[in-house]
Amino acid sequence: MAFLSYLISGLGLGSVYAIIALGYSMVYGIAKMLNFAHGDIIMAGAFAAFFAMTGAGLPLIAAALISMAVCTLLGVTIERLAYKPLRNASSLSVLITAIGVSYFLQNAAQLLFGSDTKIFPSVLSGSFSLFSGALSVSYLSVVTILVCLVIMGGLTLFINKTKTGKAMRACSEDKGAAVLMGINVNRIISITFAIGSGLAAIAAILLCATYPSVYPTLGSMPGIRAFTAAVFGGIGSIPGAFLGGLLLGVIETMAKAYISTQLSDAIVFAVLIIVLLIRPTGLLGKKVNVKV
Amino acid sequence: MKGIINSLFSQRRRGRTVSLLIVTIAFIVLQAMVMSKSLSRLLISLLVPVCAYIVAAIGLNLNVGFSGELNLGQAGFMSIGAFTSVILSGILNANGISGIPVLILCIIAGAVMAAVIGWLISVPVLKLQGDYLAIVTLAFGQIIMSLINNLYCGIDAKGLHFAFVTNDIVLSEGGKMLISGPMGATGVSTVSTFTAGFILVVIALLVVYNLIDSRRGRAIMAARDNRIAAESIGISISGTKTLAFVVSSCLAGAAGALYALNYSSFVATKFDFNSSILLLVYVVLGGLGNMSGTIISTAVLVVLPEMLRFLQNYRMLIYAVVLIVIMLVSNNAFLKTKAEQLKKKLAAGKKGAAENV
Repeated sequence: MAFLSYLISGLGLGSVYAIIALGYSMVYGIAKMLNFAHGDIIMAGAFAAFFAMTGAGLPLIAAALISMAVCTLLGVTIERLAYKPLRNASSLSVLITAIGVSYFLQNAAQLLFGSDTKIFPSVLSGSFSLFSGALSVSYLSVVTILVCLVIMGGLTLFINKTKTGKAMRACSEDKGAAVLMGINVNRIISITFAIGSGLAAIAAILLCATYPSVYPTLGSMPGIRAFTAAVFGGIGSIPGAFLGGLLLGVIETMAKAYISTQLSDAIVFAVLIIVLLIRPTGLLGKKVNVKV
Repeated sequence: MKGIINSLFSQRRRGRTVSLLIVTIAFIVLQAMVMSKSLSRLLISLLVPVCAYIVAAIGLNLNVGFSGELNLGQAGFMSIGAFTSVILSGILNANGISGIPVLILCIIAGAVMAAVIGWLISVPVLKLQGDYLAIVTLAFGQIIMSLINNLYCGIDAKGLHFAFVTNDIVLSEGGKMLISGPMGATGVSTVSTFTAGFILVVIALLVVYNLIDSRRGRAIMAARDNRIAAESIGISISGTKTLAFVVSSCLAGAAGALYALNYSSFVATKFDFNSSILLLVYVVLGGLGNMSGTIISTAVLVVLPEMLRFLQNYRMLIYAVVLIVIMLVSNNAFLKTKAEQLKKKLAAGKKGAAENV
């Protein structure tokens, strides 16, 4: 029974990772860049939701919408100002710029909001029991998993059924050809950043509901974890990010429960290395053969 | 005499000569300033760390610039060198050895240890390519940090005692803890000097330049520029990449040892993902494959945040903005073409002047 309860909380944590990883993976798939500032957008979303709820006294749903709006705007602005001028630059230059953006956001938050930890208001507490009290499941885990499933389903439909989604797939396959087909690649990249950042806001609220503290470097650890999850599943692949996130969450929770809390980090990364050795492009990644 | 100078500044040797000149002049000037007490205490305290970061960055540049593989775990190798040297210096101090011999032995031990672990890691790492390779180096960096963060080591009359995760070391009278898990290394005797740092930088430069000037070095660059073409003319891709990776981690280990013996205490999380990223920033801003650039950018970027201290809370914000602006400006197509036009004009002007004479 203990195993089942760890599994559920692991899936809850994994769902948060999956939502963040989707942002990484979509941006990588279309803009071919590692957006290291993605974790700090989560932090911005957490602060936005925090101030909307404690400062303005808004209900959770309104705060979530505000947080999504803030993150989307932030993501698109960053893309326009920092990444767009580097569209044709080397990938390392883009990586360093993303790191610069990440530092900028962290330090701006520290200046604006102070470096002290703020307590996120409790949004969803309580739990229900199954199997006549043997298994207790928190509502939060269930809601997190459901939200993740809804996002995953919605995103899959969007990518596969809408015209914009089709354009996104075209861009990720061949940007040059997409331009020739009359697709506005810049617009598609902006939309990708908007969706990824909006998802980061949802992840921020779910994360803060689980660990209720808000501080300027909040996003870096979940950011690295989610990045790992995205690679785990095969970066650029949406089902891969979903699968990678869930697995990472479960592995982390199990490692903490059964092996060692202090070593959970090492175990998660060791599993990642083993997976990449067996499948060098992640679980669901595409193998690209180079033609001579 | 003229022949020697010409050969020193020939196309092939220019990089080596210029970078060695830069570090030697910098060393002499700084040493004179230290002697005449015209350097602030803050700057003096930064001299050894700057040397350590330069050595690690030179190694990383070999890996990223010449071998073309993104490495996000260089700080992990610094960490291995640092903690190896802490243990060795503990042993040596217990046996009554102190001073410069400790420093030399520790740097060698740190370098060897980091090279061995780098070689072990390179086997799985170099099977992968591109971003997957980068993430595995990140993962190894995190694993190294996490393991060392849980390592306990003490020394007493009976020898070394190790413990992992939980500290159950009981030391006899006169014993001393060297590494105490998350509390890090404590009571390290500080023997690093600026002169030692300078010598290490020179050695690192000589190692890297001799490597890239050799047949092996050309193979490394060939494998970077075109994997398939290099393989088809009989270059072992994994061999050349391993060589670059191991030399790079070896230099990081030496740098870590130098760094460690400069502080009486430090923690394992000092060498986290952020420090790996910072080293990468030094290398990219200095220019891939450009050692002089790496040296200058490392020195400037280590000192800059300290110099900006008067800006208080704004300093890291400004640092971030500087980073972004440099990247945007250096990749700006308009400025790039203008710079090239200017270069051409200057070259043409020189030619014209020479003809007139």
